Amino acid sequence: MRNLWLFISKYNAFFLLIIFFTISLIIMVNNNSYQHASVWNSSNQLVGSTYQRVNEFSSYLVLGKTNDSLAAENARLRNLLKSSFYSDSVKQVSVNDTLLKQQYTYTVAKVINNSVHQKNNYITINRGKNHGIGKGMGVISSTGVVGIVLNVSDNFATIRSLLHTETKVSASVNGNIGSLVWGEGNFDARYAILKDIQGHLVVNNGARVVTSEFSLFPQGTNIGRVAKTGVKGDDSALNIQVKLDTDFSALQYVYVITNMLSKEQISLEALNKAE
Amino acid sequence: MGRAIIVNTIRFILLIAIQVFLLKNTGYYNLSVPYLYILFILLLPFNIPNGLLFLLAFVTGLTVDVFYDTLGLHALACTVMAFVRIIFISVTVQRDGFDNEPEPRLGIMGFRWFLFYAIILAFFHHLILFSFEAFRISQFGYTIIRVMLSAVLSTFLILITEFVFYRKKVR
Repeated sequence: MRNLWLFISKYNAFFLLIIFFTISLIIMVNNNSYQHASVWNSSNQLVGSTYQRVNEFSSYLVLGKTNDSLAAENARLRNLLKSSFYSDSVKQVSVNDTLLKQQYTYTVAKVINNSVHQKNNYITINRGKNHGIGKGMGVISSTGVVGIVLNVSDNFATIRSLLHTETKVSASVNGNIGSLVWGEGNFDARYAILKDIQGHLVVNNGARVVTSEFSLFPQGTNIGRVAKTGVKGDDSALNIQVKLDTDFSALQYVYVITNMLSKEQISLEALNKAE
Repeated sequence: MGRAIIVNTIRFILLIAIQVFLLKNTGYYNLSVPYLYILFILLLPFNIPNGLLFLLAFVTGLTVDVFYDTLGLHALACTVMAFVRIIFISVTVQRDGFDNEPEPRLGIMGFRWFLFYAIILAFFHHLILFSFEAFRISQFGYTIIRVMLSAVLSTFLILITEFVFYRKKVR
């Protein structure tokens, strides 16, 4: 204790400095608004940044729980998403014309399953029997022919794509009718083969290929353009390679064609076979 | 002893009056500001107790603060300056060589010693004063220029004052 007093009295100037310095500092900070604000703002900032650091660290400890809650919330939000609901409304384009009788109506459908790399490709759409889709109807997209309806359930339909070895579409180029097939020698989704065009006819590259009046599609529906003539096929005839306008790998929406007169046509043609 | 109290009281009143009524309104673009009142602390007797020295410095600073509306700022600077004064005197002066309550005056201590004494104390006083006035590190360059120029001006004024009241060495 005595040594402590000796120590303090020996260095009394220093201790007096500390005492008076502290008193002056307190007086200054408390009575000058600028210094007052500086001190309290910086101390608040210090406290705030410290809390932030601590919070950053402690958030690691509850990371698993946070992940769980986020995943649960994601699932809940996904359930609310528009794509989770099956839309039952059907858009049908139909014009009531008294002079011309409507023959074809179009039903919009969304492609929900699609393949292009198989030997026989099929497409599934989200429209079926409930929406008036029937077996054998033609399907087109905005750029051209897509295929023919193969099977129908209540809410879905499968389509035999144009990229199918058994699909045959009656097509015409420059008014000459042939048969459009796919898969004879090439399995490229971008090209199809037009057969049965007579050999003496001159067909230019780039000539437009459309459906003929014999097909179940409306006459003149777009298919593609002539890419190469004189392709050697299985038989002796020379075929025409057609570049398809429709990009089958990027198919999103298709139109199913309802032919109002097909029933009458079929029943009439059935009479011929009966005789 | 009694004479020293009277002399210092008169000196205190005069220096504070000059500082707050005259020198408060002078200065070179706020860059070089004279603070002559520190001369009072400079000229306190050698044998003054440390406690009394700190108290007087504190009171002097506080008095100036009242007129400058910066309560505590000059008191802080003067407190630090008192500490520097104790260190400086203990380093450069032998305490035993003085009798008769001599004061650290120009005429007694010589020009060179007094010049260092004034310029070092003025520098520390202004350093603390301007640093705590700015109260941030970002303007340190500007603050240190202010400290230098003001210390030069204050020392100049102190020397002039001392020459006016020059007193030949009595010893």
